[in-house]
Amino acid sequence: MRQIRTYNEVGPGGPTIPEQVAAQGDRLAARLKDIRWVVGIASGKGGVGKSALTANLAAALASDGLRVGALDADLNGPSLGRMLGVVGARMVSGEHGIEPPTAATGVRVISMELFQEGDDAPLRWHGPESDGWVWRNVLETGTLRELISDVVWGELDVLLVDVAPGTDRIGRLLDLVPDPAALLLVTTPSGMARRVVARSVRLVREARVRKVGLVENMTSWECPDCGAQTELYEPAGPDLSGQDGIEQWGAVPFDPRLARSTDEGTPFVLSHPEAPAALAIRGLAAHLLGKLEAE
Amino acid sequence: MKFLCVPCDEVMTFAERQIPGDGTLAAVFRCPSCEREMAMLTNPYETQLVSGLGIKIGGRAVPEQPMEILRTSLDGARPDAFVEADAPPAAATLAGDVPIAGRLTWSVDSLERLERVPSFVRGMVKRIYADWAREQGIGEMTPEVMSRARTELGLEGM
Repeated sequence: MRQIRTYNEVGPGGPTIPEQVAAQGDRLAARLKDIRWVVGIASGKGGVGKSALTANLAAALASDGLRVGALDADLNGPSLGRMLGVVGARMVSGEHGIEPPTAATGVRVISMELFQEGDDAPLRWHGPESDGWVWRNVLETGTLRELISDVVWGELDVLLVDVAPGTDRIGRLLDLVPDPAALLLVTTPSGMARRVVARSVRLVREARVRKVGLVENMTSWECPDCGAQTELYEPAGPDLSGQDGIEQWGAVPFDPRLARSTDEGTPFVLSHPEAPAALAIRGLAAHLLGKLEAE
Repeated sequence: MKFLCVPCDEVMTFAERQIPGDGTLAAVFRCPSCEREMAMLTNPYETQLVSGLGIKIGGRAVPEQPMEILRTSLDGARPDAFVEADAPPAAATLAGDVPIAGRLTWSVDSLERLERVPSFVRGMVKRIYADWAREQGIGEMTPEVMSRARTELGLEGM
């Protein structure tokens, strides 16, 4: 049998794909260099309130004087643009990237809502009508890379990344940002949510993420008439903040006004600063900041 | 991915790229020793897969543009999402004008052709064409120059 030299033996040449991929990595690294802390807000489970928490956390940190960016990494179900009131904003596109719109809170925001026409546009790509499973994930990962590397974030203290549901999406973020300053894992007290989030806990532990905090959302509801606290869920499932789990950094009570206010593009921490949920989010922001500063 | 000319034991170098417009791609590689050529032909989803990686078979003549994947691949894009920092010139070069070194002027026909590009990608396409033309030492953009650039740069759908 004749001996044909291998890829590594023949030396440089060919279509330069590794060089182009390396250049993409360099652009990503260059952009991240100006961002002091990248913080992921993830869960694994959908519907636990990650995006509303991200929007309010961003507003709370910005109102404390930090330079904050918010990236909506949920490409298929984006909502941060609306929650932070920048839907419809136009972006200046220049040689060095896209200028993200700045919300009234001072938060710089990027979300797929800014690029798509209409509120009900599903995420679709140009391409062959069949065999989308071959290439769709590649396009989504490439787009997420661009949303980080091709946006002129400027110098930021914190970039909050709202990670889409699904444990794999946490992995996708870690592929692009291998060493985030911290990761918040959001759950509700329900057994179903905790069981799903337990998978994320294991993933981030194995990925050796430096700082991981648990946030329990929608823990209780306060009666507006008598002030009595009622638990929304009977706590069930694994104890995520137990001995083998992660530290709990916050617990946020349910407040229907939070969803309403945030859906209207006004962060609840600003519209209802004295509400227990707003105070809990502000407490979480302070706790997060303390953890980030404790290098 | 590399192509080795087995008789010569040489890595073949990229020679030419063609985009017929049906989602397929042809990339020609040539052996530097015997000059034998071979063409790599990709089907539409292979082409899309490569495009989704943000890479160009044969290498890039101009650097990757900001949001290139998103702007060239998103279906249902918002036409007025972007304001281009580098907007097209208001007027084309009049006949007899001498192009200034390093500057590029756009003929009326080329601007008309540019207007047909969806606004979501127009600014980016303009920048790509302009960078390529400057690199080639071309002082005036015409539809013919745009066609050449499109083929050489592999700008599917632009």
